[in-house]
Amino acid sequence: MTATVIVFPGSNCDRDVAVCLEAALGEVPIMAWHGDHQLPDCDAIILPGGFSYGDYLRGGSIAAQSPIMREVVSAAQKGIPVLGICNGFQILTECGLLPGVLMRNSGLKFICRDVDLTVGNTQTPFMSGYKRDQNITLPIAHNEGNYFASDETLDALEDNDLIVLRYAGENPNGASRAIAGIRNQAGNVVGMMPHPERLAEAALGGEDGRAIFDGLASFLAK
Amino acid sequence: MKAIIRITLKNGVLDPQGKAIESALGQLGFEGVEEARQGKLIELQVAETDPVKAKANIAHMCEKLLANTVIENYAIELLDA
Repeated sequence: MTATVIVFPGSNCDRDVAVCLEAALGEVPIMAWHGDHQLPDCDAIILPGGFSYGDYLRGGSIAAQSPIMREVVSAAQKGIPVLGICNGFQILTECGLLPGVLMRNSGLKFICRDVDLTVGNTQTPFMSGYKRDQNITLPIAHNEGNYFASDETLDALEDNDLIVLRYAGENPNGASRAIAGIRNQAGNVVGMMPHPERLAEAALGGEDGRAIFDGLASFLAK
Repeated sequence: MKAIIRITLKNGVLDPQGKAIESALGQLGFEGVEEARQGKLIELQVAETDPVKAKANIAHMCEKLLANTVIENYAIELLDA
């Protein structure tokens, strides 16, 4: 079971994600550079958090057009599990694998703290380690996490049960319908603003994030 | 020729930066600002000399990268045409 972590100039959560993937999958993941034209042979792809290309133009917009992303889009369309965390979620919306856009936080401040979340749909490799309506705590660390989409798109996300995480209680960034994470219709592509890799070991203060990687491992083991 | 691309948020899309500008202007004592919206201006120097072709090409650039049409509109102005 091999995962690939895509590394962009400005990624800063790639190594944390790699540690979590190695712990869950029992294999050191491949780190693929944004400029590569070929995707390594792998079973899952992670787009980590960070500030790819300095967040120039719009968060994730330039990364979405990088050579490796053409390969990621094509792999996602073939059904390979793809998870985008934080900046990775922004990249997934910018390249069209997920709908909507992550706008500037409504309070205009960078927010870095733990938030309470409620699990929604779990029918995806990345959420299968949780139960629907489970309350979990994960850190967020972003300036553009305010999920926005047209009313029709938001209705479609709800009607098709594609929301995987919502902010519980206070909405930290103004996200439409308190959306913190969504999946695609096929279920293999997930994007989320919270950082599961930052709370995946008891030594870090909590383990609520580990189920993302364990869920992927169970899915791939089937 | 030179092209000026104005990228603005669509109507109805919340603009927290515009709101902050609006409130800062009020705090400085400037009265009568009913609304502030912030956008982006991008200048391109392009080799194409045919304005129709240039505009079509730049529109493609806007759709592909320069604007996110989920939340933004774009307007292209050609100079020296």
